[in-house]
Amino acid sequence: MADGEIPKLDDPLQVPCLKPGAMDGLQPFLASPEHNAKLGFPGELLPDWKERALAKMEELASKNRAFQVYLDICVKCGACTDKCHYFLGTADPKNMPVARQDLLRSVYRRYFTFAGKYFPWLVGARDLTEEVLKEWYSYYHQCSECRRCSVYCPYGIDTAEITMAAREILASVGMGQKYANEIIGKVHDVGNNLGLNPKALRATLEDLEEDIEDDTGVSVRLPLDEKGADILLITPSADFFAEPHIDGLIGYAKVFHQAGVSWTLSSYASEAANFGLFIGNYENMRLVSQRIRKAALDLGVKRIIFGECGHAWRVAYSYLNTLAGPWDFLDPNYPVPQHILEFTWGEIQKGYLKFDKSQNDHMTLTYHDSCNVARGSRMGDTPGGQFEIPRNVIKAVCNNYVDMDRDTIHESTVCCGGGGGLLTDDLMDLRVKGASPRMTALQQVSESDGVTHMAAICAICKTQFSKVMPKYGYDMDSIVSVHQLVSNAIILDGQETDDADAAEAEE
Amino acid sequence: MLSTIYALLFYAATILFVVGLARRIRKYARTPAPLKIPTTPAPITRGGVVLRMLREVLFFESLFKSNKWIWLFGWTFHMALWLILARHIRYFTADTPLWLGLIQPFGKYAGFAMVAGLAGLWARRVLVDRIRYISNPSDHLILVLLIAIGLSGLTMKFVAHTDILAVKAFMRGLFVLQINPLPTDPLIHIHLALVVLLMIIFPISKLLHAPGVFFSPTRNQVDNPREKRHLAPWAAKLEG
Repeated sequence: MADGEIPKLDDPLQVPCLKPGAMDGLQPFLASPEHNAKLGFPGELLPDWKERALAKMEELASKNRAFQVYLDICVKCGACTDKCHYFLGTADPKNMPVARQDLLRSVYRRYFTFAGKYFPWLVGARDLTEEVLKEWYSYYHQCSECRRCSVYCPYGIDTAEITMAAREILASVGMGQKYANEIIGKVHDVGNNLGLNPKALRATLEDLEEDIEDDTGVSVRLPLDEKGADILLITPSADFFAEPHIDGLIGYAKVFHQAGVSWTLSSYASEAANFGLFIGNYENMRLVSQRIRKAALDLGVKRIIFGECGHAWRVAYSYLNTLAGPWDFLDPNYPVPQHILEFTWGEIQKGYLKFDKSQNDHMTLTYHDSCNVARGSRMGDTPGGQFEIPRNVIKAVCNNYVDMDRDTIHESTVCCGGGGGLLTDDLMDLRVKGASPRMTALQQVSESDGVTHMAAICAICKTQFSKVMPKYGYDMDSIVSVHQLVSNAIILDGQETDDADAAEAEE
Repeated sequence: MLSTIYALLFYAATILFVVGLARRIRKYARTPAPLKIPTTPAPITRGGVVLRMLREVLFFESLFKSNKWIWLFGWTFHMALWLILARHIRYFTADTPLWLGLIQPFGKYAGFAMVAGLAGLWARRVLVDRIRYISNPSDHLILVLLIAIGLSGLTMKFVAHTDILAVKAFMRGLFVLQINPLPTDPLIHIHLALVVLLMIIFPISKLLHAPGVFFSPTRNQVDNPREKRHLAPWAAKLEG
């Protein structure tokens, strides 16, 4: 297993020869009994785990059409086998999407299908044993639920649905994952993944206000818990402290300021991320989402806007109406929720924002489509807006922009390697390997077009890249927030600039 | 005697096929999809979804994006199979409608395309290490079954003709609970036995992909979650 090697690919999507067992036994830490119990799961593996696991599998098949249909209809055509970034990076055959599904499908067949009950050898059905359970725990935590495989499957089979169900089954027998479960616990307790309390949050925001004023000479506010504001901004808590996330937060604040809208953050719902998605648990995902509803009601806002976060935007765009709607108390003139890029792009189109693009001239940029935004959501009114709007904004604030290999962007984008609840140090080897397709695509445009920086709109992508990019020969600050670029270029009213003339000339 | 056995086999297989498939389809239809999970970019209207599904089942759009070889073999096999199935309608109808006459020349040779497509798929299953890894015995055997059906049919069409009028009389007799004699040559017996087997395994195997694809939420959902609230019945109960 885990040899710590950094894969060298000639091409971002180069298919490796199979290395069976390459990632055998790799597994993230198990959650402690208290953390499992807090989310409504058994604390640890129970004596009757097998019956519980099978009962859970049956329950999920009856509650989720995708799970039931996808377990039945895979024909093993092989279309997905070379589509997973973890397979490309590790060569472990169990990281091929269909093989990953089969770890669970083989058990489903054994207990729930005619062929598997009476002719298990014929259809690859197998008994559920403790070894199988451990194998599930290992390989269902080597999937980032990025859905790249589902793009290429002739039936749209989405391995993420199987992974989520598998994690749900594991949690239901007391095998929750430490990283995800601890974080969800913190959200339930404090309101964000970091456990940042309102006081600390307020202090952080005040510091940022000072920084912006020092920088620009303009007083830009980052309001917290302001009743009666028009817009509630829900953003990943990483935006409050991590680099380059925080530069993105400054960008949102500047855009709101310049657009002249009233907005606020909420200390109660101070988190866009929703790790309930990662563990596949509807109830936890719903509870986390309900915090946003309560905050919107308590603060009396008219609109909700989400900051840069990939899976959060999937949950927000695709699920928020289901989990925490209906939103009939908000202003019907705006979609609920909106993405910050939809807002910023709208203001740019209206001509309300002025930029000095040369402020980003020290960089040549490319853009990493985050998986959950690309394949699990949309922006704007037309399909594919999630690809166009971020690029439009980047091009509006930067002079030098280049796309990566066509097969690694848009709906074909390759995951950063840290999504889906895998952004934890105990999986670092997997994260580095899983990043290799993206890193290879980046290296190509660095060589051909001199790309120096990559922009992203996902907190997980940003953290993951700032960790793994140094291993591929880049500085950790080669990953930037899209609103960091906006922040660099935007000219606030009354801002003291050296080259105000240059900006005017550009208008 | 043999004709009686085959008649009973056909009745049994038909019941298993129809009832088995209906139960499965009912299960898929009744299982709720709790969340909106279309693989985006996805159509934003119902009509767009119908087009997406048509592109998927007529042209295998996603498979085309994925792998041109699997697409070529898979698409060739499936389209040839449809032609062949349509052509076989003439063995069940009293007289041959015009459209059946028109497809006859193509349907006749589609058997070669079908077997070629299947052979290509099987070759990949054996030769490509990734696909060999994910294959179970049943995956090979279903290809063998289909190839055997195709080869036995082709042999009767182009090498050793069976008494096709007798076959037609046998088939039409089944509709009125009358058992007419089948020809005695072994090829038709093999061909029909394999078809019966295919009908029986259809509702209990991966062949369920045929109805299943229409129930795949990543392909059949409209991308409109902000405009229209989606709520599964079991999830609605949580709202209490």
